[in-house]
Amino acid sequence: MPGITREEVAHLARLARLELKGEELDHFAGQLDDIIGAVARVSEVADQDVPPTSHPLPLTNVMRADEVRPSLTPEQALSGAPAQEQQRFKVPQILGED
Amino acid sequence: MTVTELLSYEAALAEYDPVMGLEVHVELGTRTKMFCGCSTELGAEPNSQTCPTCLGLPGSLPVVNAIGVESAIKIGLALHCEIAEWCRFARKNYFYPDMPKNFQTSQYDEPIAFNGYLDVQLEDGEVFRVEIERAHMEEDTGKSLHVGGATGRIHGASHSLLDYNRAGIPLIEIVTKPIEGAGERAPEVAKAYVAELRELIRALGVSDARMDKGQMRCDVNLSLRPHGTEKFGTRSETKNVNSLRSVERAARFEIQRHAAVLSSGGSIVQETRHFHEDDGSTTSGRIKDNAEDYRYFPEPDLVPVAPARAWVEELRATLPEPPRVRRNRLREEWGVSELDMQSILNAGAVEAIVATIEAGADAASARKWWMGELARNANEQGVSLEELAITPADVARVSALVAAGDLNDKLARQVIEGVLAGEGTPDEVVEKRGLKVVSDDGALGAAVEEAIAGNAAIADKIRGGKVAAVGALVGAVMKATRGQADAAKVKDLILEKLGVSEG
Repeated sequence: MPGITREEVAHLARLARLELKGEELDHFAGQLDDIIGAVARVSEVADQDVPPTSHPLPLTNVMRADEVRPSLTPEQALSGAPAQEQQRFKVPQILGED
Repeated sequence: MTVTELLSYEAALAEYDPVMGLEVHVELGTRTKMFCGCSTELGAEPNSQTCPTCLGLPGSLPVVNAIGVESAIKIGLALHCEIAEWCRFARKNYFYPDMPKNFQTSQYDEPIAFNGYLDVQLEDGEVFRVEIERAHMEEDTGKSLHVGGATGRIHGASHSLLDYNRAGIPLIEIVTKPIEGAGERAPEVAKAYVAELRELIRALGVSDARMDKGQMRCDVNLSLRPHGTEKFGTRSETKNVNSLRSVERAARFEIQRHAAVLSSGGSIVQETRHFHEDDGSTTSGRIKDNAEDYRYFPEPDLVPVAPARAWVEELRATLPEPPRVRRNRLREEWGVSELDMQSILNAGAVEAIVATIEAGADAASARKWWMGELARNANEQGVSLEELAITPADVARVSALVAAGDLNDKLARQVIEGVLAGEGTPDEVVEKRGLKVVSDDGALGAAVEEAIAGNAAIADKIRGGKVAAVGALVGAVMKATRGQADAAKVKDLILEKLGVSEG
C-alpha cells in the first residue's frame, strides 16, 4: 500500500490551486491515504475478467446533428461574471512581470 | 533580455542528429461546436456564441457533433490510420482563463485514429515518409485579449479579457511519431509535412485550414542527439508556429540553439517556447507539466464512440485522390517541369488552373494567364488568386476568344483588365471597349490600300524584293486600326496587294 506523502499532497494542492497550511497537508495526507486504501480494495475483488467501467450504461455513439441552436445573448453569458469589460470576461493578471 | 547563443547550422548538423515531433491542430469547418449547438461562424461579436455547455456552467451536458466525429475518421483514414473500434473522451484538467470549464474535453489513451503515415514530397522531388502516431478529437479554447502591457502581450498586462466564442470549436490534433533520419533536411521535412497535411485537409473538405486565420496551428518538438547514438535528447516544444515558412524557421532555429547549449556542455530544459515571426527566434515559455499533472480521466458526461466498420468503410470510399498523387498527375497532364509545378503551388494557382481547364481552356493558356497577368495582379493587390474579381470560366472564355482569333494577346490582356475592374464578363468587356481583332478582309483592305498609298517609297522597295520592309507598312495598318488588326493577316494582305511572296 503506497502511502501518500506530504509532498504529494502539496503538489496536488498546487495543481488544484489550493493554498494549504502545513498542518492541513498532514491532515489530508492521512485522509487521502484512507480513501485510496478503500478504493484499492476494489481491485482485490475485480479480477482480470472484469473490465474497468467508466460509464454505467451500455450506450455508445450518442451524437448530435451539426445544426446551430440558439446561443445565450452576450448579456446572459456575462451575467454571472464577477467582472467584465468590452463585452468580455475580465480576469486578473495571468503572468507576473518577468 | 539575453541574446540566445546559436551554433551555425552546418556545425550543428556536423555534430548532432535532429529528431522532430510535429503536433498540428486543425479547426474543423463544422457549423456548430464539438459538444453544443453554438455557431462557429467567425467574426461574431464577443461572447455571442456561447451556451451553458461551452461556458462550463453547472448541470449542462455535452453531446458530440456527428460531423466532428465523421471528419476525425476521414482525416484518420486519409493518413492511413487504423480507426478505433471503441474510444472515449477524457478530461484534461488545468487552470487557465481561456478554458472556462477548467478542463479541456480531449482524448487521452484512446484516440479515434492511430498508426498511420503521410508521404511528403520535398522540393527536389524526394519523398519522405512521416509516421503518424495518432489523431484525436478535442476542442478549442477561448480568445484572450491582454490589456495594459505592450502591444497586447501577456507579459506586463494588468488584466485580460476573454471571449469564449471559440471555446468548444472542434479541433483535431494530429501527432507524428518521432521523425528520425531527416538530418539536415529536418526543417524542410517539417514544412513539407505541414504543407501536405494542409492540402489533405482541404481536399477532404473538413476545414479551410487557413494558417493565417488560426484554423491550422503547428507545435514543433525538437531534440538533438550526438551522431551514432540512439537515445533521444531532451526536447523543446515551440508552440503556435503559424505559417509554413515559420515551421521551417522554428525547426532551424531550435537546431542551432540546442547545438549551442549542448556543445558548450549545458543541458536543454524541457519547456515550451514561443516563436517570434519578426526575427525567427524562440524564447522560453513555461516549464511543461507532466502528463500525470493533467489528471486525465474518462469524460463521464459523454458516452464512448464506437464507429461501425460499415460506416468507416463508407467514409473510406469517399476519400479524394491524395494531394501528392494528384499534383504529380496534373503535372504530367499539363506537361510542366517539377520546378514550374512548384511555382504554381507556391502561387496557390493549382485549383484555378484546374477549374479553368474544366471550363474548356487548354492547359498552356490556363497556366499562362493565372501564372502571368493574374498572379501579378493578385500580388499587386495583396490578395489571393481566388479573391480576384475574375472566375476560371472568365479566363477560359478569354482563352477561347484568343484561340478563335477574335482576340490577340494584347487585346486579351485588356479584356482581363476590364473584367478585374468590374466591367462585366469577357464578352461584355469586348463589346463595351470595342476590343475585337479586325480580320475582316473588307475593313482591312481599305487600311492596307491607305498604308501603301501613304508610303509609296517603302511599297516600291518591297516590290523590288526587300520583303523585310513590310514591317513598316504593317505598323502603319496596326496604328490606323488602333492595334486591333490581326498582324499576320495584315502582312499577308500587303504582300498579296504588292504581288510579292515571302521567301
